[in-house]
Amino acid sequence: MKETRQGMTIIVKTITRLTVGLIFLYGIYIVLHGHLTPGGGFAGGVIMALAFIHLMIAFGKETALKKLSQAKAAFLENLGALMFLSVAALGFSGGYFFYNFIKKGMPFHLLSAGIIPLCNIAICLKVGAGLFSIFVTLLILNNTGRKK
Amino acid sequence: MLELHLLLLFMIVAAVVAVEIKDLLSSVIAVGAVGLGVSLSFLLLKAPDLAITQLVVEILCLIILIRATINKDLPLVKDGRWFFNTLSTLSFLAVFLLFAYFALKSLPVFGKPIMRIAEVYLKEGLAKTGAANLVAAIILDFRGYDTLGEATVLFTAVIGVMAVMRKVGRIRK
Repeated sequence: MKETRQGMTIIVKTITRLTVGLIFLYGIYIVLHGHLTPGGGFAGGVIMALAFIHLMIAFGKETALKKLSQAKAAFLENLGALMFLSVAALGFSGGYFFYNFIKKGMPFHLLSAGIIPLCNIAICLKVGAGLFSIFVTLLILNNTGRKK
Repeated sequence: MLELHLLLLFMIVAAVVAVEIKDLLSSVIAVGAVGLGVSLSFLLLKAPDLAITQLVVEILCLIILIRATINKDLPLVKDGRWFFNTLSTLSFLAVFLLFAYFALKSLPVFGKPIMRIAEVYLKEGLAKTGAANLVAAIILDFRGYDTLGEATVLFTAVIGVMAVMRKVGRIRK
């Protein structure tokens, strides 16, 4: 993250540089442990989107869009939706829609609960990328409206 | 139970402040206080999944609303058509209360057949899905269709925002 003129003061930028990685990591933790501890795809996805929004508010629009552009966010959102649908449709191999076709595994282990971690990851991609693109869209319109 | 009642009182006061205050930014902050109260009451009622989700969504909504309302003072339209406004509000209220009366009459008594469906989930959830977090087991396995519908709602919301706020095809003035 280079120094840019845009964004907030150097205090906010320094704090952001220290915390934004931790926030993103916490989001990944919430998603991956969604079937073991409270949390899950929705909350983790929102936390990951908040990490990017944090970056955008502190450093300005260009820095955040360089990390995750709007086209990439749209691609990730579509990927999440298709992944969720295809995991659900793969259940037809065992009989019906949303059938838990992967082995259950040991409870309380990270690799357990069949399709639930996969669904959590898909929902996280969908929610995080979707909310980030809503924020970017609203922000860009807000800026063009102010110039008039 | 006392904490819950205090929280409810705080939320009602914050909601009244949010409606009545003149400044738009203060109103947004008061709405955020209501959301924080909802999150804390979820935590008191032992629903940590909902508390986490409510808290992060509330923060995101607050950021978006503050970005949208800062440096702006949208006037509240009060004059004109007050007769029509009052009449339509009262008639919608009457229709809502009528339907609520008939709908609530056919509901079972509050807490009477306690945990009839939840009992099955609690007994068989771990064995059937292997997920230690029972909330994840319910929303992604037993009730997968509901989550699919929710994902569709969010997808439609994103498409709607992008269609309304698009740059391409907009007539320049």
